Amino acid sequence: MSNEKIFQPIQKRYDFTVFFDVTNGNPNGDPDAGNMPRMDAETGHGIVTDVCLKRKVRNYVEIVKGADTGHGIYVTEGAVLNEQHRRAYVSIRGDEEAKAQELKPKDKSEAHILTQWMCSNFYDVRAFGAVMTTKVNCGQVKGPVQFTFARSVDPIFPSEITITRQAVTQEGQEKEREMGRKHIVPYAIYRMNGFISAHLASKTNFTDEDLSLLWDSIVNMFEHDRSASRGEMTVRKLIIFEHESPLGQAPAHQLFDRISVEKAQKDADQPARSYQDYVITIDQNQLPAGVSIIEK
Amino acid sequence: MAYGIRLHVWGERACFTRPEMKAERVSYDVITPSAARGILEAIHWKPALRWVIDRIYVLHEIRFDTVRRNEVESKISASNIKSAMKGAKTMAHQIITEERQQRATTLLRGPAYIIEAHFELTSQAGDTDTPEKHYNMFLRRARQGQCFHRPYLGCREFAAYFAHLDPECEIPASYYKDAEEVDLGWMLWDMDYTRDMEPAFFRPIMRQGVIEVPDLLKEGG
Repeated sequence: MSNEKIFQPIQKRYDFTVFFDVTNGNPNGDPDAGNMPRMDAETGHGIVTDVCLKRKVRNYVEIVKGADTGHGIYVTEGAVLNEQHRRAYVSIRGDEEAKAQELKPKDKSEAHILTQWMCSNFYDVRAFGAVMTTKVNCGQVKGPVQFTFARSVDPIFPSEITITRQAVTQEGQEKEREMGRKHIVPYAIYRMNGFISAHLASKTNFTDEDLSLLWDSIVNMFEHDRSASRGEMTVRKLIIFEHESPLGQAPAHQLFDRISVEKAQKDADQPARSYQDYVITIDQNQLPAGVSIIEK
Repeated sequence: MAYGIRLHVWGERACFTRPEMKAERVSYDVITPSAARGILEAIHWKPALRWVIDRIYVLHEIRFDTVRRNEVESKISASNIKSAMKGAKTMAHQIITEERQQRATTLLRGPAYIIEAHFELTSQAGDTDTPEKHYNMFLRRARQGQCFHRPYLGCREFAAYFAHLDPECEIPASYYKDAEEVDLGWMLWDMDYTRDMEPAFFRPIMRQGVIEVPDLLKEGG
């Protein structure tokens, strides 16, 4: 890839599907249900929200790129080190005000400059977009990358595991240990569909380099997100449909329908407990002209 | 009605947020004309044309579900960016762990609609902007599944799939085909951008699953 191309916004539409699985862990807790794994109450399928997966992508980019210029992460987790004291606000109009929050960009052009600056400095603004406090068209930047809710292929059966701790929180308690609870899903495979629009990429200048970083971050999103609650989470497959033009060559739902997930034959009637219990197939026959499949 | 189009749209979930319930988002029962317009504009739009929604066919049963998510409470302040642009090496990030709000969204499950619409040329139309041209552009794109960006059902995480419905095709039967009249109450029609984004409302009545949508903005917006 030539250097020139790297700094151009992407020129193609992408529709992609990610398969990830969880073993003895809680992929995404539901605050409405005491942190049980999210479930679709009607069908029993597990759910992982779009924002949960976006968070993983942000964290990965933050780890890989550090404070590399142009790859800042605007919505961060935890404390930000070395944060400078905010400089006294000196507006472009030259007046100084303590209540900087009250100020709005004067006009469209100023809002545009601010937006572009955000896009060029922050990877997550460039990829996912952001809402800024401006009066101009809500100051929204629509990012090119669109995630959806991930849903498990089969219904999930979460179980509650009670654990004990050999210590107590407060002094002077009679008991010597305390009980706690963990929610786990023994095994489940989830599927998330996503989309990338080349047209919106040109607005935030989301480049080919950004795109390959996005693919990397999706493939590795759980590798740096280990914790006691997550169990083992792994991205199993990333299937990308690359169209040759910004508008695309085929309806997304027809492309997604080419991907099927079946229980493996040998114990189809048993509950799945590993990735080997599933077979993912991609129908490569008679792909629409101009669409190619990339697997990562 | 010359140059009418029919687009079948569907998805797993949708949230057409009621403006009076924005913090804990609650969806309207059906797609709003403004969201339907957004879907059409995601496929084809130019300042030279204005999509007008004529009819909305509600195909599936109206069912709700709730999802509670961690959200950020504040928006990016433009002034912070300005001071950072002036040379502050690092800027105040949004720290999600300190600005967390858990908000529930009451969303629709398995929505499916048919949007019947036409477009009008606006004052910004040039000499080359003929209705035939834009009509055919839209048809080509809708038939081939092409879109400017992926359309969505109210919020971007609820992606919409779409298929063009040819005029001779039969419209799939609605779940409400036997419901004489369902009053859906006052609902957002669209924003009037000619008047500083003033919202306009209308009262949709669903008859046998079909909602007739008025055009509250007769002059080109």
